[in-house]
Amino acid sequence: MNAVEIAKGVYSVGVIDWNIRDFHGYSVENGSTYNAFLIVDEKVVLIDTVKKGFEDQLLANIAQVIDPKKIDIMISNHTEMDHSGSLPRIMHAIGEDKPLYCSKMGQKNLSEHFKQPWKYHAVENGETLDIGSRSLTFLETRMLHWPDSMFTYCKEDKILFSSDAFGQHYAGFELFDDVVGHTIMSHAKKYFANILMLYTAKILKVLEQVRESGLEIDMICPDHGIIWRKEPEKIIAAYDKWSRQAGEKKAIVVYDTMWHSTQKMAEAIASGIAAEGVFAKPVHIRSSHRSDIMTEVLDAKAVVVGSPTLNNNIFPTVSDVLTYMKGLKPKNKIGAAFGSYGWSGESVKLIRAELEAMKFDMMASDLRVQYVPDDAGLESCVAFGREIGRAVNKALE
Amino acid sequence: MDKYVCDICGYVYDPEAGDPDNGVSPGTAFADLPADWVCPVCGASKDDFSKED
Repeated sequence: MNAVEIAKGVYSVGVIDWNIRDFHGYSVENGSTYNAFLIVDEKVVLIDTVKKGFEDQLLANIAQVIDPKKIDIMISNHTEMDHSGSLPRIMHAIGEDKPLYCSKMGQKNLSEHFKQPWKYHAVENGETLDIGSRSLTFLETRMLHWPDSMFTYCKEDKILFSSDAFGQHYAGFELFDDVVGHTIMSHAKKYFANILMLYTAKILKVLEQVRESGLEIDMICPDHGIIWRKEPEKIIAAYDKWSRQAGEKKAIVVYDTMWHSTQKMAEAIASGIAAEGVFAKPVHIRSSHRSDIMTEVLDAKAVVVGSPTLNNNIFPTVSDVLTYMKGLKPKNKIGAAFGSYGWSGESVKLIRAELEAMKFDMMASDLRVQYVPDDAGLESCVAFGREIGRAVNKALE
Repeated sequence: MDKYVCDICGYVYDPEAGDPDNGVSPGTAFADLPADWVCPVCGASKDDFSKED
């Protein structure tokens, strides 16, 4: 990607990673980008860097606009390595004596990552930096999504450099929301579900503060994916909605299966749920990625989990999804557990305990079927699904 | 004295250790922390903490 002027004197100088497919366990089927932004004013500022291995491209993009040595100030909004991995090289290129602006936690975390004697300037929340015709304001957003996370806001251009917030893993030459089209929302949703779902209480507070402060935002520049310039309010509204986790009229039936018995149960349960007018979707774990499952969980009102019993335990792939889900702390869900078993049948009880630990509102009973569900067994699955469907309808009344 | 865990980031406030970096001496109960004390890791306020089980 080349440097692109996104507002007068403000350039997108980040890079595209076309080939990444596994982003620390999150499947990024469309690759991703690591965004960085250059502001040329009386002082020249670089906001964030890129993942290690892409330094040359970043420097080449900067050089299309200005000699990297002329950068006066480096700003790090977020310590995570996909944005800071190139810092050693970039600091070397621009000059090790240049100030490195970051949050207090940013200074701590960058020091621990890189052990370099850089000239840190830890900003106070709300601190403003005058760079000539513009001013930059730093807004701490701790735990959105790391302790060091912050936003940088340019009042004159009404641009919010939002770090990972409002990002999407999407590789493409389409740089803006109005160019890429509405399909980008599904990537933004997946990003939210897998990176931010556990911080929704915090997000609602930040959105409230932004509303109260009357911050005017014409453009949001996240560190991954496209820039929101046509409708920044659309992604803000989506974050508000996703953070509330009210749940839609939807249930997801997540399961794995050994000899198709738990699969038959899952599909029958889903048909029962659908018969109550609730959108239902059976999702076979080994045919889906855990990060796609979480995207479905985000707006589902009910999460139904099924597993065969293997060696007195939950099937390992189901445990994987439960562990991942537990960490992302979905809220306000109805939960249910089911599974086929041979002789001991512990899995269903173990799933119930996991879902209870996630504070799901559990259905009164679970459903187990021994070996292969026969007609009566399948009927009990449909009935179980209907009960779940009715519970969803009742919860959303 | 009870320990309290931050619901946002998982930091545990241990009254025996206090939070000396932010002026809270060891031996300070969670209830006695100043109202404007925040989680030293993520900045969450006191009402974002729950008693550790």
